[in-house]
Amino acid sequence: MSTLLENPWFVIPLRIVIVLGFVLLAVPVLTWVERRVLALMQIRKGPNRVGPAGLLQPVADGIKLFFKEDVLPEKVDRFIYFLAPAGFLIPVLCAPAVIPWGPDDRLTPIADINIGILFLLAMTSLTVYGIVLAGWSSNNKYSLLGGLRASAQTISYELAMGLSIISVVLLTGSLSMREMVLNQQGNLGLLNWHVFRFFPLGLIATGIFLIAMLAETNRAPFDLPEAETELIAGYHTEYSSMKFAMFFMGEYASMITISAVMVTLFFGGWLSPLPFAPFTWIPGPLWFLIKLGVFIYFFIWVRATLPRLRYDMLMRLGWLRLLPTALVNLFLIATVVWWLS
Amino acid sequence: MFVQILFGLMAIVIVVTSIGVVAVRNPVRSALNLVANFFALAVLYLLLYAQFVAAVQIIVYAGAIMVLFLFTIMLLNLGSPAELSERGEIKRPITWGLALLFVIVLAGGVFSRLSEAQPAQDDIGTVQMVGKFLFTDWVYPFELTSILLLIAIVGAIVMAKRRL
Repeated sequence: MSTLLENPWFVIPLRIVIVLGFVLLAVPVLTWVERRVLALMQIRKGPNRVGPAGLLQPVADGIKLFFKEDVLPEKVDRFIYFLAPAGFLIPVLCAPAVIPWGPDDRLTPIADINIGILFLLAMTSLTVYGIVLAGWSSNNKYSLLGGLRASAQTISYELAMGLSIISVVLLTGSLSMREMVLNQQGNLGLLNWHVFRFFPLGLIATGIFLIAMLAETNRAPFDLPEAETELIAGYHTEYSSMKFAMFFMGEYASMITISAVMVTLFFGGWLSPLPFAPFTWIPGPLWFLIKLGVFIYFFIWVRATLPRLRYDMLMRLGWLRLLPTALVNLFLIATVVWWLS
Repeated sequence: MFVQILFGLMAIVIVVTSIGVVAVRNPVRSALNLVANFFALAVLYLLLYAQFVAAVQIIVYAGAIMVLFLFTIMLLNLGSPAELSERGEIKRPITWGLALLFVIVLAGGVFSRLSEAQPAQDDIGTVQMVGKFLFTDWVYPFELTSILLLIAIVGAIVMAKRRL
């Protein structure tokens, strides 16, 4: 077994299967979880007909989407119209390649490159192309408005997000995601995590990342690009059948990815929160999944709780609140790191 | 061997998309050609062991600047190619002449120094090395560039908000 895991021709396809397989299989489950949790919070029933507790609902939805008529509007820019869903999904699925899901570095990440977090930032910044191009090529004013909003929003919140990531890079001294997790290891358990580092500076960086990650994934309360009360469905108004499903999958996959980044950067990755016996028996990947689940739940919880922001409020929050806070926080963290060294 | 094939492929992509940027009539497609071009260029940086520069190339150019370009193109809705094409009998030969001159100068510059070329060192592009050089040998150009950017930002705000 160990010799097989040394063989790159075996282990690299295995890693790809593990990571991609997990993300792609988690997406349908996540759609079910989201609908059930939303229903619970709004005192409804949610999907409960297909299979036990509605668990087979995603399968039924998948079959429906496959067999739906693929409507092609007449005056679309065809090449770009077909390119956009793929241009959205591919970077989303590339991004988790650098995230370590467990302590065994032979299984994950797919590539522990020394610019890990930069690769991730590069991939997440590319997802906006799919949205913008979908909005433009559809030749529909609602789609165009959705695309424009998405591009402005992503660029605005990427800055604050980048600055809070830089504070983790400062704490770790490396861009490798694996190093970032190992840097949070210690005798104090969860008090060693970056979120509690230099209290409250780490907590502020975490909060900024938390808000920025909601905006980056176009989720409520930052779902202006697809605000259904104003824009029908925003950038994917003109998409149907599997092309719509690709946008849908991309949104959920990017939720999983960005939650995994959150766990890795600030919440100790696969490390157990309390470093003694009953907790350390739980294997690392399972801890990772538990933490991941908490953030996914947070996404759904926020969606059920908070109303959508107005466009000017969104911009004001991004540029006048988050960005200055992130800058000052980064400066303070840099000062403390320099003072301690 | 793999590196040579990859370089060849990326070189072809770069040439084709570069021509596409100026030859395609539709401004959005033109911008997309430029994005593809940046990608191929990032792969070339990777082949030169410059991982940091490759990542920054994608984050800054493909991920931020080109998104702003697309945003502007879409906002102005530059859709109709007829209004964009320029007319003029004198302009065209001059443009071709200047382009040819540029190619000659570039080719001359490359081929005259070809014998001095050396393979890239595998540690030159890491973040540590780039940071070290940026804050030792190149600290003055680096700081001057940051001041230049600051001036540009202030200037842009002044121009945009005349009655502030």
